[in-house]
Amino acid sequence: MRYSGWQVFKQGLTGNKGWSKAWRSPEPKPEYDIIIIGGGGHGLATAYYLAAKHGLTNVAVVEKGYLGGGNIGRNTTIVRANYFLPGNSEFYSHSLKLWEGLEAELNYNVMHSQRGIINLFHSDGQRDAAARRGNAMINQGDDAILLGRDEVRKMLPYLDHDNGRFPIFGGLYHPRGGTARHDAVAWGYARGADSRGVDLIQQCEVTGIDSENGKVTGVQTTRGPIRAKKVAMVAAGRSSQVAAMAGMRLPIESHVLQAFVTEGLKPVIDNVVTFGMGHFYISQSDKGGLVFGGDLDMYASYAARGNLPTAEHVMEAGMTLMPMLGKAKLLRSWGGIMDMSADGSPIIDKTHIDGLFVNCGWNYGGFKAVPASGYALAHLMANDVPHETAEAFRLDRFNTGHGIMDEEGRGAQHNLH
Amino acid sequence: MRIPCPLCGDRDHREFTYKGAAVALDRPGNSDWSDDWDSYIHLRDNPAGDTDEMWWHGAGCGGWLVVTRNTVTHEVKAARMAADVKGAGA
Repeated sequence: MRYSGWQVFKQGLTGNKGWSKAWRSPEPKPEYDIIIIGGGGHGLATAYYLAAKHGLTNVAVVEKGYLGGGNIGRNTTIVRANYFLPGNSEFYSHSLKLWEGLEAELNYNVMHSQRGIINLFHSDGQRDAAARRGNAMINQGDDAILLGRDEVRKMLPYLDHDNGRFPIFGGLYHPRGGTARHDAVAWGYARGADSRGVDLIQQCEVTGIDSENGKVTGVQTTRGPIRAKKVAMVAAGRSSQVAAMAGMRLPIESHVLQAFVTEGLKPVIDNVVTFGMGHFYISQSDKGGLVFGGDLDMYASYAARGNLPTAEHVMEAGMTLMPMLGKAKLLRSWGGIMDMSADGSPIIDKTHIDGLFVNCGWNYGGFKAVPASGYALAHLMANDVPHETAEAFRLDRFNTGHGIMDEEGRGAQHNLH
Repeated sequence: MRIPCPLCGDRDHREFTYKGAAVALDRPGNSDWSDDWDSYIHLRDNPAGDTDEMWWHGAGCGGWLVVTRNTVTHEVKAARMAADVKGAGA
């Protein structure tokens, strides 16, 4: 069924009885050309682009829970292309371009809202760094505007501009950045993949990865073995467990990143505002909730919830930046499980097993990367060569030392990003 | 989370700094780059369950601990002095 305003009107008048299911629930076939392990944003996007761009439709996505039940539903929905390093820069730039055409491509309302992102700075040195990053973004073909003190004051009058410790000197404004409806992205890709013949198999946990003579032959699942010529592990949040089935250890440590939302309020925050010095960023959802978060809890975790000291730190930072926040009531908090790679950048690559691919290590950047990640992995699986925007995301860069992408300049070691 | 420091007793985890998996105790002997070094610096078991990891008690005794902790429940099961663990040949 093609979604349109006319359909909404027609179904509204006929009791909404004519809507069909957005995707099938097929039984797994004994064999596919390609199996994607993981029915989250990246896995579904990969399946979609395999079908839509490469005509490969004998594909199954196997998901141990339900579609979009992992980090795609646990993030703070920010979409941006303000990366600095070559390798990351062109990839996220490509992703933002895909975002801009996504609703038309998928015939699905992902509520992509380019409301603009402002990264605040609080010193001359930080202004220099922001100007440099902005120039890198412009060189990449994206947009960046360096805002002065008065411009930020005009745009964001509700901030504590004259804070004693962190007075606001200005901000780096990225107008094409913004937010999107996170679940809808997974659902839109799922519907698009399913309608092209991809089997989306939920409640089907992969328990083993089979290979013979160094070549992948299929997977073992809780619903029986499925043979496949190619298999992709797209299970960020559980990457290490899936890779262990293939005898691999990944350069990843899983950490919990907390997020918070207040009760619904009238429109008050028009953009996405980040306060890097305080480890705090905030936006307002279309439903009215103030959605905000901070930094990692800074210890390995699969709990999908954090501890109170980090929650306290995020609240303090929020109050420092915008004292009015104290009047809002916090509705709930949650945690996502981050694949933290050793250099803070992702991996999309082949593995030591022929036909087995890995997509992991998204750190904090997984949501905005969904379109380009699926696009690049589909390209790699279909053509056997990396897509030009994702050539740098190599698995062996840590061992060889070539092409380390340490965006934050902290060193390519765990627990620094 | 509270961590039972062998020297200081049960303390809030805010007193500690997390370093990562306790592979730090297994530094490769050979100084030339090899897969062992890649494994030591970058590759991790990263288990969902019990794991041994290094924590530094910076706001306490200043000692390095090997803490056994569950990454799914956050339950802290044991803490030993890293020097003792290293001495025992771990």
